[in-house]
Amino acid sequence: MDARRLARGEEMIVSEQESATARRTPLFELHRELGAKFVTFAGYEMPIQYQAGIMAEHLQCRSGAALFDVSHMVQIKVAGPDAALGLERLVPGNIKDLAPNRARYTLLTNDAGGILDDLIVTNAEDHLYIVANAATGAADLAHIKAELGTTCEVEALADRALLALQGPLAAQVLARLNPRVMQLRFMEGCDLKLGMIEARVSRLGYTGEDGFEISLAAEQATDLARLLLAAPEVEAAGLGARDSLRLEAGLCLYGNDIDATRTPIEADLAWTIGKRRREEGGFAGHEVILRQLREGTERKLVGVRPTGRAPARAGTEIQSVTGAPIGKVTSGGYGPSVGAPVALGYVVTNAAEIGTEIQLDVRGRSLPAEIVALPFVPHRYHR
Amino acid sequence: MTRYYSKDHEWVEVDGDVATVGITDHAQGQLGDVVFVELPEAGKVLTKGKEAAVVESVKAASDVYAAVSGTVIQANSALEATPSLVNEDAEGEAWFFKLTLTDQSELGELMDKEAYDAFVASL
Repeated sequence: MDARRLARGEEMIVSEQESATARRTPLFELHRELGAKFVTFAGYEMPIQYQAGIMAEHLQCRSGAALFDVSHMVQIKVAGPDAALGLERLVPGNIKDLAPNRARYTLLTNDAGGILDDLIVTNAEDHLYIVANAATGAADLAHIKAELGTTCEVEALADRALLALQGPLAAQVLARLNPRVMQLRFMEGCDLKLGMIEARVSRLGYTGEDGFEISLAAEQATDLARLLLAAPEVEAAGLGARDSLRLEAGLCLYGNDIDATRTPIEADLAWTIGKRRREEGGFAGHEVILRQLREGTERKLVGVRPTGRAPARAGTEIQSVTGAPIGKVTSGGYGPSVGAPVALGYVVTNAAEIGTEIQLDVRGRSLPAEIVALPFVPHRYHR
Repeated sequence: MTRYYSKDHEWVEVDGDVATVGITDHAQGQLGDVVFVELPEAGKVLTKGKEAAVVESVKAASDVYAAVSGTVIQANSALEATPSLVNEDAEGEAWFFKLTLTDQSELGELMDKEAYDAFVASL
């Protein structure tokens, strides 16, 4: 074995030196107590897995409930009478017509139509509540401030933690702390008390399962996490399971599957662009994005199922059956619920049709694979 | 038969000029759930320190480098069907391959069980 990679458990264990500059979430001590293996992710020392391991944590989320610490993500508040209209200049989503307590998945775009980040925006009545990615959050904040700062109050909610309770049994667990959570539908969030703890509870997530993201004061996060973990249905899960769950659910990972060089149309995210926004434009990159919406793109994000057992990792070349390069895998691994390898990648559009036979260049061998419909595992949201 | 260990977390069991090679229990614990193992085919000539096999966990792929040089006689086909055997019995049923040793003196650079355990404890 490669001793250095192994000693780090393939970047799973962070040495003390490497972690010296990494930030910690409010739940760090709890993770340690639970026997987490840590990895540095977006400048944070985060649990990649606990004792049970990625496979068990993944399956736990599909069958029961799993608790994730996602406090590394950046929570942003935008307040002001023109907040929704202002934000619409930066995203192609319909924000203006978002009903109170409704949340929407949208994309921060640049003038070339590239994706700067993917966000969840909630109409929190007197403000917009935004959750952005950890690695891009600071840049997002600066970008939003630069565009909206003169008319709106834009601030990072730096003293807030974020927990995700995901899985088919998440609702029954959370309902013990407040039965009102049962009334939330998918992509709906509001402020409510969980026991004695004030929180913003949103019914959404990144696993394909029913579940909740819970924003709360950092100093109360460990108490709530312990309370949730005490439920027999709940086990802690790390970033490893979070990644395999979202991959099976066909959800993009920013930095892998989408970035500033990819547009929403290439990434098959046209569904995030509302009817009014398609007609009116008025968002960063709208010329490119609306043209691509009409005319199509050269490349397209697709689901890939290797035929054999070998996973194809990010960076793997995708080839036609005759060996011509036609694209690249952007996320790939083993899908524990699928029981086989799964991947996302970009291919030339004429090879993007579902059922197309392709090859993957894995360590110099051409392995058979097929373009398949997404998601790999059906979504089970509470609509 | 004598069993040797490498700093790259492999075990090498020697019987005459034939060696059976696998990864250690410590290694499988670090890797986590093994979902795929790519093994060298019979006849392949392995050079000490060069790539010999690949182990894939849910999260990542890791190279296994040859702890000793030799010619592969047989790969453990059980690992193709049941990669999780590596997690269950890394130092037994889940051997990776057998080879004929090219240079017995390479064994002198490996550790015995006691030295390997001390090495792991020092990590």
